[in-house]
Amino acid sequence: MSSIAHLTRRYYFSASHRLHNEALGEEENRRVYGKCNNPYGHGHNYALEVTVGGAVELATGMVVSLVDLDRVLGEEILERFDHANLNACRESFAARVPTSENLCQEIFRLLGDRWGREPALGNARLERVRLEETSANAFEIHHRDAEGTERSFSAFSVALW
Amino acid sequence: MIYLTRKAEFSASHYYHNPALSAQENARLFGKCNNPNGHGHNYLLEVTVKGEVDPGTGMVLDLKQLKEVLNREVIEVLDHRFLNHEVAAFASRIPTTENIAVEIWRMLEGKLPAGRLHRIRLYETHDLFVDYYGEQG
Repeated sequence: MSSIAHLTRRYYFSASHRLHNEALGEEENRRVYGKCNNPYGHGHNYALEVTVGGAVELATGMVVSLVDLDRVLGEEILERFDHANLNACRESFAARVPTSENLCQEIFRLLGDRWGREPALGNARLERVRLEETSANAFEIHHRDAEGTERSFSAFSVALW
Repeated sequence: MIYLTRKAEFSASHYYHNPALSAQENARLFGKCNNPNGHGHNYLLEVTVKGEVDPGTGMVLDLKQLKEVLNREVIEVLDHRFLNHEVAAFASRIPTTENIAVEIWRMLEGKLPAGRLHRIRLYETHDLFVDYYGEQG
């Protein structure tokens, strides 16, 4: 019998965005998004926590190889979003406002897709993605294995603008 | 049910190596952590205990006693040690963050003055931590 452990790794990337919905008028955008609607955009140092769970492998003492985890995160997330303008990332945000909720979901989707194609990640399961937009705002997505796959999304945020 | 967390720190060195694997496989799996001379961390340990509040004391457990148990069972064993060479548990198991967290659970289980062990969280660096809830699979 192996021990089941949950490993969390933090990554950092800097990106800019503007919160604006073309379908709404200027006044409505201003009302909904406040300062986040400023036309030139603004930036954040995002902190991303990725939690992986599974058996502690006897041969390695690890749930997942950090070398492989870092490589996957680098390729799927950091290369896409670090030092990027999220509004210009058309593959991810052509039809969605790049709020941190949507960015968190997009990161979860990208990692989930890659997980199935990456044998090096073995039996470890992607359990949680937590995205900190600022020290006051954080967003999490949890992957709960029920029958089939159940995804729950919880956002908790205290905005101190 | 109340969850109470006590933090403690210890500094230790280690390296990751499985003698059953080749040098190339060790290097591929463990990267810089495979350096045989070892490297060190200031580990941050969070021990979470769960229990009901005693109506007389207003406490889940006596924090002074918890601190003594932590120091005696964990800190004195691990602090300022080269884990691979000085701690018996890691003579045959790689002292990864996962294995150290599991070992700390084992060191503490059954030794708490009150309450039950709920979670061991061990930070190797501020960017890397492991949670262990005592699960076996």
